[in-house]
Amino acid sequence: MTGAREDNLAEAVTKGHESAQSIPALLARNVARFGGYPAYREKEFGIWQSWTWSETSEEIRAMALGFLSLGVERGDHIAIIGRNRPAHYWAIVAAQMCGAIPVSLYQDAAADEMAYVMEHCGARFVIAGDQEQVDKILEIEDRIQDITHILYTDKRGMRKYDHARMNALADLKAEGRAGHQRYELELDRRIAELDYDSTCVMLYTSGTTGKPKGVVLSNRNIIATAKASSDFDHLGHNDEVLAYLPLAWVGDFIFSIGQAYWTGFTVNCPESPETMMTDLREIGPTYFFAPPRVFENQLTTVMIRMEDAGRLKKWLFDHYMEVARKVGPDILDGKPVSFGKRLSYALGNLFVYGPLKNTLGYSRIRVGYTAGEAIGPEIFSFYRSLGINLKQLYGQTEASVFITQQPDGEVRADTVGVPSPGVEVRIADNGEVYYRSPGTFVEYYKNAESTASTKDPEGWVATGDAGFFEPDTGHLRIIDRAKDVGKLADGRMFAPKYVENKLKFYPAILESVVFGAGRDRCTAFINIDLAAVGNWAERNNISYASYQELAGHPRVYEMIREHIEEVNESVAQDPMLSGCQIHRFLILHKELDADDGELTRTRKVRRNIIAEKFADLIGALYDGSSEIYTETEVTYEDGRKGAIKATLRIEDAKVVPVKPMAEAAE
Amino acid sequence: MKDMNEGYITPDGRQIGGVLMELKNITLKFGGVTAIENISFDIRDGEIRAIIGPNGAGKSSMLNVISGFYIPTEGEVWFKGYKRGPMKPYEIARLGIARTFQNIALFDGMSVLDNIMTGRLTKMKKGLLAQAGWWWTGAAREEYENRDKVERIIDFLEIQNIRKTPVGRLPYGLKKRVELARALAAEPKILLLDEPMAGMNVEEKEDMCRFILDLNDEFGTTIVLIEHDMGVVMDISDRVVVMDYGKKIGDGAPDEVRNNQAVIDAYLGVAHD
Repeated sequence: MTGAREDNLAEAVTKGHESAQSIPALLARNVARFGGYPAYREKEFGIWQSWTWSETSEEIRAMALGFLSLGVERGDHIAIIGRNRPAHYWAIVAAQMCGAIPVSLYQDAAADEMAYVMEHCGARFVIAGDQEQVDKILEIEDRIQDITHILYTDKRGMRKYDHARMNALADLKAEGRAGHQRYELELDRRIAELDYDSTCVMLYTSGTTGKPKGVVLSNRNIIATAKASSDFDHLGHNDEVLAYLPLAWVGDFIFSIGQAYWTGFTVNCPESPETMMTDLREIGPTYFFAPPRVFENQLTTVMIRMEDAGRLKKWLFDHYMEVARKVGPDILDGKPVSFGKRLSYALGNLFVYGPLKNTLGYSRIRVGYTAGEAIGPEIFSFYRSLGINLKQLYGQTEASVFITQQPDGEVRADTVGVPSPGVEVRIADNGEVYYRSPGTFVEYYKNAESTASTKDPEGWVATGDAGFFEPDTGHLRIIDRAKDVGKLADGRMFAPKYVENKLKFYPAILESVVFGAGRDRCTAFINIDLAAVGNWAERNNISYASYQELAGHPRVYEMIREHIEEVNESVAQDPMLSGCQIHRFLILHKELDADDGELTRTRKVRRNIIAEKFADLIGALYDGSSEIYTETEVTYEDGRKGAIKATLRIEDAKVVPVKPMAEAAE
Repeated sequence: MKDMNEGYITPDGRQIGGVLMELKNITLKFGGVTAIENISFDIRDGEIRAIIGPNGAGKSSMLNVISGFYIPTEGEVWFKGYKRGPMKPYEIARLGIARTFQNIALFDGMSVLDNIMTGRLTKMKKGLLAQAGWWWTGAAREEYENRDKVERIIDFLEIQNIRKTPVGRLPYGLKKRVELARALAAEPKILLLDEPMAGMNVEEKEDMCRFILDLNDEFGTTIVLIEHDMGVVMDISDRVVVMDYGKKIGDGAPDEVRNNQAVIDAYLGVAHD
């Protein structure tokens, strides 16, 4: 039996390494090349367990044989809902081996949202991480007729379930191993059928507007993108990543499958979501990706802990962080720095940066990326000044992530870099960014209309974002979502995201929503960051009993108003956007939440829904009233509904007078 | 349900086995105070058995009799078919009885992991001298085996993220969970829980209920619990003993007990006429 398999492998290898045109083919290549090196690690029972590429291949094959024994057909959709675990990544590749199409779903999605996606793709098989996910599937099972079998990874609590159409994933593998003689030939035939144009994966967009759309990505998209981006950052098989971002997100797919299979690096899975920070430190990845939120949270934690540190430590920290701020980025960019400053930085590295990076788990980082949202310049330069090569990239699901990214040595907080290798970018007349690349998606599943409106016949895709290239550097700058960019009543430009991002750079502000399209002036909702403001309140002897009370506290209002006025000053500097200064604001009594539909699962603000839901509050922002009573419906984690009642205060913020453009024009 | 050695099947389809422990005519007196008066009931293999009653009804005393910590003034305790005599605490543990306490009794300065490891003490045979030898004496291997068991419990109770945290720094709800973990580490046949949900919020209670049901399901552990939250008791237990002033006033499935007039009187009070 193993003889036959090794022959297959040998055959796949002799077919040529570089011409591997599917993930399963890359797997075979990796077995031949890096067979004994670790492919996956997962911390379980307190110990890092690891699987070499050879072992991984064996596991995946067993799983694929199991799928065949269940009757998986070519073109079937297999839904995968669970946290980052090797078994789930294996299931994705095993599905591909069978000619089926893996579809990853966000595991924190409510049953209803899940039902839509399952129904849309017609998934016949579901791989659920644990009992919680199985329960959700069972809950919606009567609405989706296509499901023939459910497989689960974690056996816990599953004993009492009706197993007529349900199995543990481990049992499936055993089944596959037992039936290998029957299915081996068929599996090899199906693997051989895969080529550059067969579907690699289908991922659903987060759906900032409307229903999520299924983005079909081919092997060409994924492999070409993985190759280009791995070359760009010189990734190799000795690199380590920590896989902790949602499986359903295209970024995780590119990093943990695309690039991992292309370069053969090791994917490490945390023990549980709560232990991510500890696991990060234990692994010390060399290649790391995180949304700005993660970096912000870490910085906040560091700062809060430094507030409580002893005087000597605090002095050391402040002194050397100052040194780092001045020379760190230059040293990282390879610019000339005097010997004295280098010496000072080296001492700082010994006393502060080294231990700090070690605590954060960033000691070994060679390349780090942040994307998804704008990152605060202070946060960005904090990490860079420590000597962490943190860069920005700009991308989307439809592009298999990469559109632009920052090359080493050309990193700035306010741009998103130059077009990635192989990607063409152009700016339309209305400012919208278009791109064309080998990673450009095939289509939206069962939605020819949207496909046509997004991707033109020549392959140019509209990003929906407005931006421009900086003339002197050639770097792309993104202003806002193109459809959100509007006009004030007097015709001045309105770009809410631009202002919101500036606001969100303050640690006290978690989210903000700016209104003003078609109005005479701008106003804003503010969401405070409970951790940061709570800590601030504690240090300033401000007592509070609830989020709501803290949010409505006069001193919190005062602080937020100061922030807004600073932002107004900075916005006023930009002649194009000076109309976006915030005249009035209120602090929301509840945190905006994806469960209430106010944010997407990737935590982007859904403007329309917020505008509809809080219409009364927006009305009050414009009618001049100083407070408003409101009731808001909230959804708890288990789906129950409740209501929050509150009286919110509305305050004015100072704006910087600018020459009104309308007058100037007249 | 009265047949002695046949089990029964619960409404949710679990097979409950024969009698594991039988308490016959237990009376417990402290000097002139009668804490428990002539109570008999049994605990069956694999069931979740609740003891409820108003404050001072003698529930905790009953639990102490079950655990063997108190020796009843009168009456007999039969465990696994044998009549049980007076025992030392380590003998109780070796018999397969573990408990958690109404007031948390953990070692505050020790990490969660070490606290749970103490639950394995009776399973570790190597003495101090052997442990000093470490590699040569097999003490290392014994430690690994036990650590493995403990890690499985940590995984089960989802406390991986606080593994190395000193217990003193944990919030109350998590301490309760650590205490449960330590009791589980002894791989008990019967697990006694003294008010496992006291002082918890709704979410913590739900979690705890899930853990109790899951461990009963996963390890087949028989559970005896005292609890004040009626919702919880009625939801998760198979049979309920109701006590009032040291007497048994009801015994049966949650629904039977709920409709028992004596129980209603004990909880709501009776008009004096």
